[in-house]
Order: sequence, then C-alpha cells, then structure tokens
Amino acid sequence: MADQPEKGLMRWVTTTNHKDIGTLYLLFSLTMFFVAGFLALIMRTELSSPYLMIISPLTYNQLVTSHGLIMIFGAIMPALAGFANWQIPMMIGAADMAFPRLNNWSFWLLPFATFMLMSPYFLNGPPADMGWTFYAPLSTTYGPPGTDAMIFGIHMLGISSILASINIIATILNLRAPGMTLMNMPMFVWSWLVTAFLILAIMPILAGTVTMMLTDRHFGTSFFNAAGGGSPLLFEHLFWFFGHPEVYVLALPVFGIISEIIPAFSRKPLFGATSMIYAIGGIAIMSFVVWVHHMFTTGVHLGTQIFFMYTTMIVAVPTGVKVFNWMGTMYKGSITLEPPMKFAVGFVYLFTLGGLTGVMLAIVPADYQYHATYFVVGHFHYVVVAGLYLGLVAGAYFWVPKWTGRMYSFKVADWHFWLTLISSNITFFPMLLVGLAGMPRRIPDYNLQFTDFNQIATIGAFMFGISQILFVICMYQAIKTGPKAKKIIWDGAKGLEWTLDTPLPYHTFEKPPKVTGKTYV
Amino acid sequence: MSSDHHIIPPTYLPIVGSVAIFCTLFGFLNWLHDSPYGIETLVFGLTLLLIMMFFWFRAVINENLTTFRGDKQMDRSFRYGMAWFIFTEVALFGAFFGVLFYVRHVVMSFLGGVPGNEATHYLLWPDFSGDWPVLTTPNPSKFLGPKMAMGPWGIPAINTMILLTSGLTITLAHWRLIEEKHKVAGFWQLCTILLGMAFLYFQAHEYIEAYTEYGLRFDAGIYGNIFFILTGLHGFHVTVGTIMLFVIMIRIFLEHFDEHNHFAFEAVAWYWHMVDVVWLALFVVVYWL
Repeated sequence: MADQPEKGLMRWVTTTNHKDIGTLYLLFSLTMFFVAGFLALIMRTELSSPYLMIISPLTYNQLVTSHGLIMIFGAIMPALAGFANWQIPMMIGAADMAFPRLNNWSFWLLPFATFMLMSPYFLNGPPADMGWTFYAPLSTTYGPPGTDAMIFGIHMLGISSILASINIIATILNLRAPGMTLMNMPMFVWSWLVTAFLILAIMPILAGTVTMMLTDRHFGTSFFNAAGGGSPLLFEHLFWFFGHPEVYVLALPVFGIISEIIPAFSRKPLFGATSMIYAIGGIAIMSFVVWVHHMFTTGVHLGTQIFFMYTTMIVAVPTGVKVFNWMGTMYKGSITLEPPMKFAVGFVYLFTLGGLTGVMLAIVPADYQYHATYFVVGHFHYVVVAGLYLGLVAGAYFWVPKWTGRMYSFKVADWHFWLTLISSNITFFPMLLVGLAGMPRRIPDYNLQFTDFNQIATIGAFMFGISQILFVICMYQAIKTGPKAKKIIWDGAKGLEWTLDTPLPYHTFEKPPKVTGKTYV
Repeated sequence: MSSDHHIIPPTYLPIVGSVAIFCTLFGFLNWLHDSPYGIETLVFGLTLLLIMMFFWFRAVINENLTTFRGDKQMDRSFRYGMAWFIFTEVALFGAFFGVLFYVRHVVMSFLGGVPGNEATHYLLWPDFSGDWPVLTTPNPSKFLGPKMAMGPWGIPAINTMILLTSGLTITLAHWRLIEEKHKVAGFWQLCTILLGMAFLYFQAHEYIEAYTEYGLRFDAGIYGNIFFILTGLHGFHVTVGTIMLFVIMIRIFLEHFDEHNHFAFEAVAWYWHMVDVVWLALFVVVYWL
C-alpha cells in the first residue's frame, strides 16, 4: 500500500517486503558468519601447538559441532535466502514474493532456531559434541543432554527452509513477467528453482531423522540401536541422503550468482546458457544417488561402494560443464576486473580445486586412506569457504550498490579480495597436506610432525578472519558515505533489475514489465 | 494487469508464530529434562500457535473474499504452494518408508546371518532369527518384543475402506460445489469428516489393543517403532486433515465458494487424497506384506 517503509524498529519485525526480508537474512547471516568464525579461530588457536593449550577435548568437540551447524544453517543458507529475496522478484519482474507473510515467517524462525541450537551453552546443557553430522550412537546412546536442543533447533530450521522454498518455487513459477519463459530466466533464478526443489525433498528427511533420534533418546525406540533390531548405519544413510544434496543446496545458488557476474564483466552472453540449465538439473538429480561416498569405510557392500564411486565421478561432469562454460564466457571477452569479477574468478579457481580434491575422495581405495583425515576438512573448506564464500561476497559486491544506491571503495574491496584469496589458501592448503600425511580430523591434539603446517594454517585462519572485517568496513562506508551509484552500475550487466532506478524504490515492478528477447543477449 | 494490490501490509503474525513454536519446543525440552515450567511453556506455546494460525487463516480468507476474489495469479500461487507442500510431506513419509525398507531387507539380513553375513550374526546375537516382523529382538533383555504382529484383516482393512469411501464423498462434495449446491456439498463434506473421525476412532482402538493385548509398544523393538511412527505420523495427518475439512465445511455453509473460486476446498481435498494414498501404501507394506 504505502510506497515508504514504516518508521522505527518494528518495520523489521513486521515487514512483508522482500527487500527488507532479504536485508534481514543477509545481516543475520553475516553476524552468524562472524560468530561461527570466532569458534573456528578458538579451534585454530588450540591447534597452533601439539598439546592441549586453552580448551579441553570436550570443549573442542562442542566447538566443532557448533561451528559446523551454525555455518551451514545460520550463515550460508540464510545468505542464499537473502540473495533470493532481494534478487528473484526483481529478476523476474514481480512486485514481491508470492507469499509475503510466509516470507517474513521464514526469516523470523531463524533467530529463534539458532538460539535454540545454542541454548545448551546456558541451559539444559552441556551442548552437543559429536560433530555437525551427529552420528548415532554418539548422538543417541552417548549424546549429552544438549543434543535435544540441537534436535529442536534443526526442526525449526527445517520449517524455515521449507517455507522459504515453497515461497520461492511459487514465486518463480507464477510471478514471472509476461514474456519471460522458463528457458529465458536468469541463471540465478534457475539455480534457486532447483535448489528450492532440493530443499523440499531433503529437509523432511533430516526432520524425520532427528525425530527418530529424539525418540531413541527419550521414548525407548531402537531405530539406531542394533539391540532392538535397528541400525546405527541407518542413521548414516538417512543423514547423508539429506547431507549430500544439502551440499548442492549450498552450492547451486552460488553457481547462479557467478553465472550472473562473469557475463557482466566479460561483456559477453553466458556461454552455453541452455547447457548451464541442464547442468544444474543434472547436478540436482545426481546429488540423490551419491550419498554412500561419505560411508565407504563403514563396511557397506563392496559393490555398493563401486556403484557410488562411479555416480560420484559422474557428478563431476555437469559441474565440469559449468566451469567450462564460465571459462568459455571469459574467453575472448573484454574483461575488466572490478571487485565482483575478481571474487568470481577467484571462486572458479578455488572451487575447482575443492571439486578436484572431491574427485580424489570419491575413489574408493584412495578414500580408505583419506577418510576422517584433515584432507576431508581441507576439501570441504576449499569448496565452502574458498569457493562458496567468495561467490557470496562476489554477489554482495555486485548487487549491494544497486540495492543501497551507494558505491563502495574499490580500494578496500581489492584489499579484501587479495587478503581473502591469499589467507584462505594459507589456511586450507596445509590441511590437505597434513591430511595426506595422516593427521586425523576432529581432535585437539596431534603428532609433533604436523606442527609446522598446523601453525601455518592457524596464521592463515587469523589473517582470513581479520580480513573479513574489511568487508564490513567496506559495506558500512559505502552505505554511510559512499558516492551515489548510477542506474546501470556495471555496463555489461543485463537483466530486469538494472532497468530499475537507483536507489531502488521500496516496491518494485508494481506493474510487470514486458520481456522481449533473451536475457543473456 | 496491475498487481500493486498484491502488496500485503506489515503483519505481527509471523513473529508471534515464531515465539509460539519456540515456546512449544522449549517447553517440551524442559519437560524432557525435568527443568521447571516444561509443560506450562509447552501448553502456552501450542495455544499461542493455534491462536496465531486462526488469525492468519482469517486474514487469508478475508483477503480471498474481498481484494483477491477471482484473482487468477493469486489462485495459481496458492496452487503451486499447496502442491509443493504436499511434495515435501510425501518426502517426509518417504523417509520413514525408506527406514522400513532398509530395516527389513538390509538390517535383518545382517543381524540374521544370511549367507555372506554370518560373522555379524554369530558375534553379536547368534539367537536372533532375522525374521520380519521382529517378535524377539536381538537383545530381549533391553528391548522386549511384542507377542504378536498386526494383521491386515480387521481394523486396518476397515480403515482402508473408510478412507477410500471418504475419497469418494469428498469428490461428491466437490461436484456439488461446482454446481453451487452448497447444502448438498456441505452434507458430503460432513460425511467425509465423519469418516475421518471414524478412522481415528478405529485407530485409537487399535493402538489400545496393541498396547494391552499384543504387547506391541512404541519401545518394543524395531517392529513396534516403525509401526507406531508410520501409523502415528499418518494418524496425525488424518487429524489435521479432519480439522481442515471441518473449517472448509463451515466455509461451504457460509457460501464462501462459487464455481470458479474454491481453491481452499481443492487444497484440502488434495491433502486428503495424499493422506489416503499414503494409507494405501502403509496398509500394504506395514500391515499386509
């Protein structure tokens, strides 16, 4: 109704505006990123010397668990949802999301869920300490009291993600401007359409799994206890049937962001846009049939292991198609390296490294060696920090000037980029090496021979953590004192969001625009 | 086509909903841990959640009767929303059906010592047969198994007939609704509700019988676990479905629907058919096979 937002704090609590909710998601995500990052720095400090320094092994395990859960459910997923909220309605020419009230609820469940997740540090504790994968029986028979709060926190996070995904699917399928066909949608929108489908398929499975954990813990069932006829291995199957598609839930929207940025700064249409869409679909479908590659050493049947080795290798094909197409887009383009493009290129490079270490882990005989070593930690963090985090920051540098109407300092952003790129490699590359040398993961103490590389990783981690403050400074400066941004900020950028005024009006596209021609031409 | 009237004013409903869900689960948590005010917080949270949902649905119904009446785009949004909600519900049931499949075919063969897997069997529980349904658990001193398993031909078969018939009556209600014969449609809707309640009555009866006569309890080993979690989750959905049918019946009698605007009815009908189909799968794999 009103073209202006309400005044005061309650605006943020009661808002039904997709931009306000997007902002809430992104600020929440950034806060949680620093919280969980702080936990990681405590762990890295402990690991800077091969004896117990500042925390007990129990505390270390609790920090591992909280770091993982908060980063995945509190930092990355809300960041993706924040981008979805800001961008999807603008990119498809809609006035808002399909269900604005539900949209508000999807966000406002999050702070409560995260509080629930963290509450065992104060109440009904001690907190969960079995790692973010919370394998039974560590989480059932031997789980500390705080595990229950983790279970309920996951239930709430699941409701939030499911509601957000229903909203996103309905928005994309129904609110596109006239003339925007499905195959003509921006790649970011496509990636979120598939991601939302994945979330709807897997979140209920996680919810069901933690419910069975709860009944095993308190109501005498034996789903994950062989003494009653269940199986602890059943837990791992269920968890990874959720967990592996979940990795693609984190990755696909970032692929979408990168697919928007690289064409803009290469001043060329996205190479092989149609094959990109099929690659997203292919990754999504394959993600349901690779889960046992997390479980090669659990004693599953050898034939099963071989099958899942091959399916995992096959996922590398559509992922490779994407990397190839990003390269193809840059090939012979008139490239300029503004901060978003720097981060995007950094993403492609480091994500590929993370992906290739993943292919190493997929090989059954090799995995017997790598399993539960620091190599897995290195691989995962190359994908998620050096890869996805860079992609998310690229998205922020790309769109925040449009959202706020203010330009940030390229100088600070460039410093941020180089420090992030260098420090993430200093942090995670030594992890791959100590992992290959045999250092087990998830322990606070280690053999003396691993000391040097662990100290290097710790130095890198602190560099990385401190450099991220530059991002906050850069964004804060831009919003407070930055120069006014133009209507089309990046001259190569295409898409409906750039047809809007800068700064953006509170409500966009009250009348749907007419889309003619292709998005990427 | 102008869509500026699609903008929804700010609302306090979601934040109340978040507080309600938090209180419900936090109360439950405190109750599990014998911390103070567990049940009180739980009841407060649930009550608040119900109140919130009442006002939320009231707001949506009011919009449907006024601003959004006949709005095709809004109608399609709700259709997509409900369809994908049902998809995610099916995934939830799918998880538990997957558990049943895995336990019956993989866990039983491991623990029961089929050729090639004898070692686990002899090392852990050599007396365990690996037969399904599991009447004697691997470790009966920890998990006492049931005396008997549930057979399909009795209450479950009656319940199958009841749910299938309710699928018929809700379709009759739909046809009459399209003809705008509100009273007749309401009658068939009432029949559907009564069938739903009959189903729940029989299921409650079955549960009591399971506990008192069969020794089939929630904690009686994996057979009882899976039986109760699948039928319990389904029964919960029947309960929610019956409440939804009831609200829709009131709306039918209030003549909220006409030939073209009755998606609320259809959404509930979709949900009811989902519950129906899930029951058929349940009847076959939990009771029969």
